[in-house]
Amino acid sequence: MNLKIHVWRQKSREAEGGFVTYSADAISPDASFLEMLDVVNERLMEKGEESIHFEHDCREGICGSCGMMINGVAHGSRGNGLATCQLHMRHFKDGDEIWIEPWRARAFPVIKDLIVDRGGLDKIIQAGGYISVNTGSAPEANMLLVPKAVQERAMDAAACIQCGACVAQCPNGAAQLFTSAKVSHLGLLPQGQPERKERVLKMVAVMEEMFGSCTLYGECEAVCPKEISIDFIGRMNRDYLAASVTTAKKEKVET
Amino acid sequence: MSAAAAIREVNSKMTWAGNFYRSAIGKKAVMAATGVILFGWIFLHMVGNLKLYMGAVHLNEYAHWLRALGAPAMPETGALWLMRIFLLVCVVFHIHAAVMLTKMNREARPVGYRDRDYLAASYASRTMRWGGVIILLFVIYHLLHLTTGQAHPNFIQDDAYSNVVTGLRVWWVAAVYIIANLALGFHLYHGLWSMFASVGWVHPKYNSWRRTFATTFAVIITAGNLSFPLAVLTGIVR
Ligand code: HEM
Ligand code: FES
Repeated sequence: MNLKIHVWRQKSREAEGGFVTYSADAISPDASFLEMLDVVNERLMEKGEESIHFEHDCREGICGSCGMMINGVAHGSRGNGLATCQLHMRHFKDGDEIWIEPWRARAFPVIKDLIVDRGGLDKIIQAGGYISVNTGSAPEANMLLVPKAVQERAMDAAACIQCGACVAQCPNGAAQLFTSAKVSHLGLLPQGQPERKERVLKMVAVMEEMFGSCTLYGECEAVCPKEISIDFIGRMNRDYLAASVTTAKKEKVET
Repeated sequence: MSAAAAIREVNSKMTWAGNFYRSAIGKKAVMAATGVILFGWIFLHMVGNLKLYMGAVHLNEYAHWLRALGAPAMPETGALWLMRIFLLVCVVFHIHAAVMLTKMNREARPVGYRDRDYLAASYASRTMRWGGVIILLFVIYHLLHLTTGQAHPNFIQDDAYSNVVTGLRVWWVAAVYIIANLALGFHLYHGLWSMFASVGWVHPKYNSWRRTFATTFAVIITAGNLSFPLAVLTGIVR
């Protein structure tokens, strides 16, 4: 198939960017979206031009590196729960024009072309997305019993690969789906209980320094490659409200 | 501010109420609480206005009853003023939170997309801000029109029925009422659904019930409110 792609090109963080149009001819419908870009890049390099920079690693939807706005939709799969690397060219028609943009958010500055700095999400994790344990030999696995339904909900939340599509798609540039998934996956399990209140207060505080707020548009859920439900956002709100009502000042100081 | 500074701030700052309202999640909870109070009020307002269909005597009696509510324990219009002040406080918080959150959200995405598509966001959810502004402007006009009378050419003190009928008979006034109440309907359609998530009341078991609740009340309130200008325009109420 023959396509026309308009790609955001930007040399560096500081440089001004703009769209550049390329023709992507003779692309196999069985190619993935990233493979289509690989083909375009090979041709660019043959001509001695600089290739289009984009992030990728696993190419099977588990690492969260890839990610771009494809025709105005994060990851471009329009509700099929796919990461950019899992999107195949058969989703497009011969002759299509495709607009490809980097994630856009204040917290996600463009590093180069389609690569953005998603470090803002790491800062949210650093604020509380962990549990404190004693190191040493592994504890007996059956010491702590977790009901199956709880395990499964925790796993649903833990499926988040931190790709940033939720932020990119949200009209408010909010990271609520990401943060709520991280808050919930630990907060649902017994190991996460000791730090549960502190965790949600801190992660939300850091999140709100960088990202927008939630209007329950539901856009994040629709593009999440792991199909994480916005119900986790409601759950995080509940945890946050409860923690801010019941946490005394003193408890917060001892961190 | 750095992330570490943000954490320190959580650790140190102020009373919990101040801290709570400073956070966006806290503001949304306040919007949900004030929103549901305004919703309760607007529902009763619509139901009360149905007395229009029972004739002038009934409607005016009701208007008078509202004014005298609480008497003689309270001065005439005392309870009414308490209610007005309470609603005004709710409106102020609701709008203040909306403005602050909108600002926060604009700042979170300084550069937009050339091309963006919506997959899930309803028309109602995307018009919360403009819808809110339309409602606010309408509330001001509505008070000047039917409460104080400055915006009403044939205003008669203490004759609510005649004021409604002579007021809404003018086609463009009726149009203003219809447009504003459609905007209110959309606002409620999203707000009455999202408020549950804002305060954390989500559960797979009740989620479909939330949607039904929001749709039902948005439709009832909108239908009731639209019926008044339409009834006057068509001469059903005169
Ligand atoms: C007067 C001007 C008003 C403005 C400017 C306004 C603005 C807004 C905005 C922007 C939101 C969404 C906030 C967000 O999610 O980011 C909202 C939510 C809401 N509004 Fe209003 N509004 C107004 C009046 C009203 C009235 C009169 C009612 C009730 C009859 C109402 C009920 C609600 C409810 C229930 C919500 C949901 C809160 C939530 O999602 O938690 N609003 N409003
Ligand atoms: S490259 Fe790993 S998720 Fe797409």
